[in-house]
Amino acid sequence: MSANSLVLSGLTRRFGNDGSAAVSDLSLEVKAGELLALIGASGSGKTTTLRMIAGYEIPDEGRVVLRDASGAERDVTREPPQRRGFGMVFQHYALFPHLRVVENVAFGLEARGVGKTERESRARATLDSVGLAHAADRTVQALSGGEQQRVALARALVIEPPVLLLDEPLSNLDPTLREHTREELRSMLHRLGVTAVFVTHDQEDAFAVADRVAILKQGRLQQVGTPQELYRTPASLDVARFVGRGVMLPADVRGDRVSVTIGDVTQQAPLAGNHAEGSVLAVLRPESLALRASDGPGWKGRITARRFAGGHEVYRVALDHSAESIEVTSEQELVEHAGVHVVLRDQPVAVVPAG
Amino acid sequence: MRRGTTALSLALLAVLLWSVVYPNVSVIVGTFSHGLADWRAFAESPADREALWSTLVISVGSVIASLAIGVPLAFLLTRMEFRGRRVLSAVATLPAALPPLVGVLAFLFLYGESGVITRGVQYALGMEHAPWTLTGLWAIIFVHAYTMYVYVFLFVSAGLERYDSSLDEAAAGLGAGRALRLRRITLPLLTPSLVGASLLVFMSALGSFSAPYIFGGGQRVLATQILNSKLNGEMGLAYVETAVLAITAVIALLVLRAIERRREYAMAGKGRISRVAIANPVWRRVAPALAALLVIVLILPHLMVVLVSFARDGAWTTQVLPPEYTLDNFRRLATDPALWTPIKNSVLMAVIATAANVVICFFAAYVIVLTKAPGRKLMQLLVVLPWAIPATAIALGLAATFDRNDPATARVLLVGTFWILPLAYFVRNIPLVANAVEGSLRQMDPTLEDAARGLGANWWMTLRKVVLPAARPGLVAGTMLAAVAAVGEFVASVVLFTHNNRPISMEILSQLRDLSFGTAAAYSVLLIVLVLLITLGAKLAEGSVVDAERSAR
Ligand SMILES: Nc1ncnc2c1ncn2[C@@H]1O[C@H](COP(=O)(O)OP(=O)(O)OP(=O)(O)O)[C@@H](O)[C@H]1O
Ligand SMILES: [Mg+2]
Repeated sequence: MSANSLVLSGLTRRFGNDGSAAVSDLSLEVKAGELLALIGASGSGKTTTLRMIAGYEIPDEGRVVLRDASGAERDVTREPPQRRGFGMVFQHYALFPHLRVVENVAFGLEARGVGKTERESRARATLDSVGLAHAADRTVQALSGGEQQRVALARALVIEPPVLLLDEPLSNLDPTLREHTREELRSMLHRLGVTAVFVTHDQEDAFAVADRVAILKQGRLQQVGTPQELYRTPASLDVARFVGRGVMLPADVRGDRVSVTIGDVTQQAPLAGNHAEGSVLAVLRPESLALRASDGPGWKGRITARRFAGGHEVYRVALDHSAESIEVTSEQELVEHAGVHVVLRDQPVAVVPAG
Repeated sequence: MRRGTTALSLALLAVLLWSVVYPNVSVIVGTFSHGLADWRAFAESPADREALWSTLVISVGSVIASLAIGVPLAFLLTRMEFRGRRVLSAVATLPAALPPLVGVLAFLFLYGESGVITRGVQYALGMEHAPWTLTGLWAIIFVHAYTMYVYVFLFVSAGLERYDSSLDEAAAGLGAGRALRLRRITLPLLTPSLVGASLLVFMSALGSFSAPYIFGGGQRVLATQILNSKLNGEMGLAYVETAVLAITAVIALLVLRAIERRREYAMAGKGRISRVAIANPVWRRVAPALAALLVIVLILPHLMVVLVSFARDGAWTTQVLPPEYTLDNFRRLATDPALWTPIKNSVLMAVIATAANVVICFFAAYVIVLTKAPGRKLMQLLVVLPWAIPATAIALGLAATFDRNDPATARVLLVGTFWILPLAYFVRNIPLVANAVEGSLRQMDPTLEDAARGLGANWWMTLRKVVLPAARPGLVAGTMLAAVAAVGEFVASVVLFTHNNRPISMEILSQLRDLSFGTAAAYSVLLIVLVLLITLGAKLAEGSVVDAERSAR
């Protein structure tokens, strides 16, 4: 498949008269063959961004540009969707209810003037590649949710789109199917080498499928990076909160170390990434901490809840000298209400600017 | 209890068989009263063959013209945003609110040989004769298109509201241009709406009487042939013509229903529609002007009827607009007993017919939806049957059946009496009320009735306290539709009326014959006011239903 990269620069879209922007000044590059996930809370502008890429919305400002392997650019900002020919998988799949499965898949080829026999055979081949060859002649209503999703994918892939767009493709599937499907989706898209943008509000889906993840908040891009980067070095409090569990506590950066003080006990750990010296918030993930039952250094607290997370326990601890309660992973067996000490492990801790 | 509902069901079936089925059977039997001679006469009569042919041409033509107007208008008003859209939406359904004869009258005043528009164009261009004549096939189709496009507009608008617009976006994203999307996606998915509307237009045009009667000129159609044959005393031929008309209607019904059934899809999506501004700059300029023009065309008939109702009878001859205005027309309606009688008749007969509709249709819907009584399948068929039979055919059936007293064959002499018209209105409006009540009852939670019984409420109490409140929205809507249809009824009336029970529509017709345009228009205005009052009453009753529900909660 032709490997195009997609460049968004300064995309802005305002709705209504109040001038508030659903998406503002969004710049982003999706590299050729890359899988980029767009995540954010409800109303953060994910769908609007995707629709601007596909051509269903015209941005008020900014550009959408395709760049091919030779570096040649094509500005598609004002092109209608049918000229862009980006494949799109809709949240509710938008399969044509009056057409059979194979006709649904062949539709994009029909629009391109491909002859009947050829488009049938190509549609069947694509259905085969998503494991639905046997369902080709059924009506779409006769399919399960997961099958419908794969038909929608096949329909988008058969036209060999320069960019594939997926709007919450997993949100209509039940949890077990969902986990299975996202792995399949990732391997299939990688195998085809297609450049893809995929929208979700579920961080786990994003991390499981995408090469890189872009986080949106109120129409603004917060951070783009690999799942590891986002988790280990979030750029802001919002990103840190959105990605993974953890508690943010006031801290100080001195050189390459972070120190966190609660009551009169100060503990230190190495700084993850770089940050200017001064007051910050430290992002304490459950695995950055450890529990000690006996007396010793550490913050005193009491276990208020526990849950088993497969292989280890996660304890919630109320600290004596802090309003925050804190989550800690541990392999020990401890009882609720037990008094414990929380220890900062000697592992890199991320910090974000305070408030 | 079981026995109670069975008895109710059987009683209702008896009423429906007697009033709906029996007359049609009489017509069929009547066609053979001279052996096959009447059928042969029909087949050999050039006039009848022409009438059958032009009836079909008019019906198909009306469907095509209504689709041509209604479909684009529905798309425009549900998908596009432009100045004047709201006003246009508000008046788009107005033509359907005109009683049939009044619409025809308005067209006569506007586009007839001495109509305002006709004269205006003629004088403006300095022509010696009227630039067109409003007679023949084209005139009939023109008038039909004006009133019947509303069905298409309503059905397609409703279809588009339910339409999942992400299907269009998906097709566009796959590379399909506007034309391909329309042909392969939108229109196939709107097929149920299009077929339903076409069927309604076809049936209305098939049975339409007023337009061919007034504008037909020499043009014969089956509905008018029936009346002619009856007036000529050729009853056998009239029965054959009636049977042919009814059979045509039933065939059309079956064919279109078959197409429709194959095309039912559930749409899963959110169906969110957003209106978009017109993109093309030329069209953006032109759209408001076109909308304004259309609004004027749509309300002109109403305005014209009101204007002419103030014109002095006889004074309007060759001028473009009536030259003299007066309140006399209305004053005479109120003071001259001969002119007041038709108004009294219409209101009284509409009240009687509608009351009967309410009682019979409520119990019929109850039996159909909420009981397992024997015969309820048959009942369901019988309550829609009058809809499939053109009004002229219904009227002739009643004339054929209730023309003598004969207890042995369950015949009563009604022809020539006051009661024949209320009966005709009742039969015609059964589908309207029954459908509306059925719709309401189907939304009711069936366990509610069981729960009431479980609490020890007897049948009568359950009916009053549980079923009746659930049926009320449908009853109110159905009552309104039936009363509106009855108070302005023309087609069955023209076949069955007598001097003593002549309704408003017949009086309009005879004033028109005397060229008393002002009086005819005054009656029409009165009819429009009555329709408005009934609609308003229903709105108020609906409001009180909502209030009652709210206070019950
Ligand atoms: N056509 C529109 N007209 C007006 N406002 C809109 C329109 N489309 C989106 N918005 C607004 O823009 C903002 C962003 O919407 P968008 O659909 O992009 O959010 P989202 O991130 O996809 O949310 P969700 O997770 O709920 O799907 C919302 O406040 C929404 O109300
Ligand atoms: Mg969304």
